This record gives sequence, structure tokens and C-alpha cells, in this order.
Amino acid sequence: MTHWEMMPSPILRSVSPTPIDGPALASRLRMTAAALAYTALAAPALVLAIGSILSAALGPLLVGVALANAVVPATEALAGLHRRVDGAFLGVRMAAGYADTSGRNPVTRPMRWLTDGARWRDVGFLWFSATGGFVLSLLPPALLAAPVVHLTGALIVGGAFWWLLAFLGGPSLVVWWLVTPALTLARMRTDAALLDRSGVERLRHRVAQVAASRADTIDHGAAELRRIERDLHDGAQARIAAVGMAVGLADKLLRTDPEAASALLREARTTSVEALEDLRSVVRGIHPPALADRGLAGGVEALALQVPLPVTVSMRLPGGVPEPVESAVYFAVAECLSNTVKHAGASRAWLTGTVAGGLLVVVAGDDGCGGADPAGGGLSGIARRLAAFDGTVTVASPAGGPTTVTLEVPCPGVR
Amino acid sequence: MPGRPLRILLAEDQALLLAGLTRILEAGGCRVVATARSGPELAAALADPALTALDPDVAILDVRLPPTFSTEGLVAAVEARARRPGLPVLVLSQYVEPLYAGELLAGGHGAVGYLLKDRVSDVDAFLESVHRVADGGTALDPEVVAALVRSARRRRPLDRLTDREREVLTLMAEGRSNAAVADRLFVSEKAVGKHTTSIFAKLDLPPTPDDNRRVLAVLAWLRDERA
Repeated sequence: MTHWEMMPSPILRSVSPTPIDGPALASRLRMTAAALAYTALAAPALVLAIGSILSAALGPLLVGVALANAVVPATEALAGLHRRVDGAFLGVRMAAGYADTSGRNPVTRPMRWLTDGARWRDVGFLWFSATGGFVLSLLPPALLAAPVVHLTGALIVGGAFWWLLAFLGGPSLVVWWLVTPALTLARMRTDAALLDRSGVERLRHRVAQVAASRADTIDHGAAELRRIERDLHDGAQARIAAVGMAVGLADKLLRTDPEAASALLREARTTSVEALEDLRSVVRGIHPPALADRGLAGGVEALALQVPLPVTVSMRLPGGVPEPVESAVYFAVAECLSNTVKHAGASRAWLTGTVAGGLLVVVAGDDGCGGADPAGGGLSGIARRLAAFDGTVTVASPAGGPTTVTLEVPCPGVR
Repeated sequence: MPGRPLRILLAEDQALLLAGLTRILEAGGCRVVATARSGPELAAALADPALTALDPDVAILDVRLPPTFSTEGLVAAVEARARRPGLPVLVLSQYVEPLYAGELLAGGHGAVGYLLKDRVSDVDAFLESVHRVADGGTALDPEVVAALVRSARRRRPLDRLTDREREVLTLMAEGRSNAAVADRLFVSEKAVGKHTTSIFAKLDLPPTPDDNRRVLAVLAWLRDERA
């Protein structure tokens, strides 16, 4: 599976008490600051938590709808802030994954909110933030603040009482150093468990991708079938019908005009040879013989030989590439070569193929004029073909050349 | 072939087949007075007053023509027959589709043919079909008839018919006269007459003396959806 997004590096790297140095102190101070902010945000969280329950309970009344329109966006903002801060500390990117409410009005939108699991998890987060989360976040600033206050008191006010407090409070600094990372981690992991829906988002994205590529493949398959049917109808089928007509007429003329009959038969023979050639080329378009006999490497070499310019072929492919992938890549390479011949004005071309880490990579390059359009019919057709196998096409074609087209198709299990 | 040569309007997009057909038709004493290579060309040729000027005795059309390569030829034929009922039309195709035959026959006027292109190679039979359609008869490909008989058999039994009667029914449905059926089955015309009378009685079809009306009745019975 592809990486969803680059992960930011986490602020909270470890809960170990060592090392005791500047960066460790800085990160603990940042955790304490965040915890202090979270403590302060517990109050609005409590208000919103109560507001959420009220608006759901008053849902049927207009006041419930109005309340929801105030509470839910505010909750979204508060939860979003926690997602960003928690994400920065944990080194993850958290996704809200709310159900889509675009195109709904303020009356119908709350209906959708009511059935959206992600919104209810937000409400769960509000309650946690106002209760257990509040306690977890209160401790680090309290542990840090106590000795600081006592020491300040001793220094300014003086007297045995303040000094005793400062002396007794000293160990709480040690406790602060020891427990702050663990408390922060506990708080933020719980937040993340409630707030992060990036797993669902990832799956949703993947499903959309699969659905699109499947539709493309079906379209492509149907178009291929139409093309084959058309090729047969216009080519072999028509020629064989013409042979029949010529032979039929020859039969009729055999007695009366043997010269003409003989000419018709010669013509029929030529046409029948052409019909066979047509059939062969249709077969080549469905499953080329060289590909069938020698696999992708042999098929690509055969393709290179048919091109009217020198093509260097270096295919180092192990066995085991699935046949449909071989076929898709073969036709993709054929399209690349025909683009090179038609548009590039190249003097030479090259093809390389390797499999590394379960990824089949074929590069088609030429020294032509460049400027190939990745959105053009040929190249986007290749992209559609390969998308069926989760493959990708990357085109590098600066004006003036050279052009390289990189085809990548995952082949799990092929070494 | 009596009188003047048959005047033919020929629509076929493939040069090879257009040439082959023209050659065969002219060898059979017909005259190709106009050709069309695409749907729009055919529509222009079939449009009045062009049709009056050309005065074709029969239009021979490929079902599938450019630009869309679907059923332009058939559509043009049905439209032309709507404007001029009974215009003789012989449709040629590389495949048979009983549905299309039904659309052509829908008017009930006869003068319709629907043949596979393969049949053209039996030159004499093809030319006979052309003349039959020009004379207001029908010429349906045996494959079309076979498909109609198959589906009719599924819907309701043809079992009441004897094997011989089914053979006669099939040939009759292709558009052949009693004499032609007799010829094909190596029996007397009188025997065929008996069979047809019996078939008509068993299928509850009204008896009619006219060959072509009989054929149309049989076809209507075969493709009747309501049964």
C-alpha cells in the first residue's frame, strides 16, 4: 500500500527519564504548556458536551436544530485544534473523517450529524476532555507550578514556612520530570483513539481509487471488444465475403466466359490471403504471439525490432510476472514506441525493465524533441490500462527532450 | 428476365464488396443506377424527389454504414418505406438479427429481403432473391427463419406439424413459392399445396391464394409476441 502522507517528526519521542539535557527539558516544557492549554480548554469542552446532548435531545424542536448549528461547528473547531496539537506531538496526521454535508441546509445538516459516527466520537472526546483528560492534563503544570511558586515565595517573602514548602516541594520537580511524558502520551493517545479517523479516510480513498480504476478497466475492456469486432467486420469478414462473391460469379461464368472466371478465381485467391493476414493482425492485437511464446522480455524485443529506429533493449525480468500484467505492459510499451516514431523525431530509443522489491519498472526513453503530453490520448490510455493493476505512468518530457516514460506495476511476490 | 433490366440502388461502404456486388448484379442483367457509401449518402439517395428521379426497382443496403456503423442502412430502409410503402428493399448483413427482420416486415407490405452477405456467393439464388423482392415478394435468410422458428417453438408448440410440414413452413417463410418449395423438396407442387393447406389449418391462419400474403401470414405467426 502506498504511504498516505509523509509523517511529521514527533515532538514526543520517548517517555524515558534520560537523557537529562536541554532538548529533553524543552520538550517537557512544551508538553506542560500543551497540558496547561488543554486544562483551560476543558471548560469549553464541558459546555459543548452538555450542549451536544441537549441539542440531540431537543432535536425535533427548532431550538435543538439551532443549538446544533452552534455547538457542532464549535466542537469541530475544538476537536480540530486537539487533532493538530496531538498530531504534532505524536508525529501523525489525524483526519476528522466527517460525513459529507455539502449541499445541505442548516435544517437538514443536523440530521446528517445525528447519524455520523465521527460526530458522536467528537462528543465522546468532549466528555473525556472535561473529565479524565482534564485530570491527566492538570498534573504536569501543577507538578511544575508548585515548587516554582514555593521557591518564589521563599525568595520574595522569606521565612521558614516558605522555605520548608520549597524544600518539601523539591521532589515534585523530579516527579514532574518523570511523569510528564507518560501523562502527555496517555492524554494524547486517548484523544487520538477518539478523534483520528485517518484509517477510515485511507480506506475511503482507496475504495474510490479502486472503483474508478475498475470502471476504467470495464470501459477499456468494452472498447477493446468493439475494436476487435470492428476489425473483424471490416477486415477478414468482408474479404471472405468478397472471396465468396468472386468464386460464386466465377462458377456462374465458368461455361460462358472461362477467361473472366479464371481472373475472378485468381482475385479470390489474393483476397483470401489478405483475409488471413487480417486475421493474424487481429490476433496480434489480442494476444501477440511473441508475448505468448517468450513472455514480456521476448515480446518487448519483438516490438523493438518492428520499429524503424535503433532501440536498445535491456530487460532483466524474473519469471512469475502475472500474464495480464505482462500483456498490459506490453501494449503500453507498444504505445510508447509508436509515440516515439510518430511524434518524437528521435534517432534512437531505449527500453529497460527490472523487478525490484515486488515492483516491475519498465522505462521507455528516446532522444527526440520531448514535449509529450501526459494527458494525451495515448499516454492516458496507458495509464488507464495500468491502473487496473495499481500501476502508474510517469512521463518526463522537457521541451527539447529527451523523453522517458516510466511504467511501474506492483507484482507482489516476484523477486 | 422480362422487360427492362432491374434498376438497383446499392449502399455498401466497403469498396471490395461494393465492386463484387456490382459485378454480380450486372452479370445478372441488373443496372446499378446509384451507389451510396455512407448513411447520409444513402439518406440523400432515398429522399424524394431523388428517388423519383432514380426510380430504383429495388434498394440493396448494407445494415451497417458509416458514420456510426450501427444500423444506419436498416434505419434508412425503414424510413424510406414509411414514405413510400412497398418500396422493395433487400438488406444485406454480415450477421442476422431476427429483431431487424421484424422491423422491416412490420409494415406488412412485403417486398422485403434480409440476407447474409454469404448468400451472395450463390449467385443465381441471390439474383433470384433480388427479383423476388423487386416483384413484391420476400426473401429471408434461412438463418433468420430458423431463429424465428426456434423462438416460436419455445413459445408454443409446432409439434402438431409433421416433419415434412415443418420443412415446408421453413422454406415458405424464407419467401419461396409453392413451385420453388416443391423443387427444393423433390415433390410435386400439388403435394406442397396439400402441406400448406394443412399447415394453415393447424396454425389457424386464414387460407389465401397469394404466395406472398401467405408468407407474410406465416412470418407474422412466427414472430407474434402475444402468444
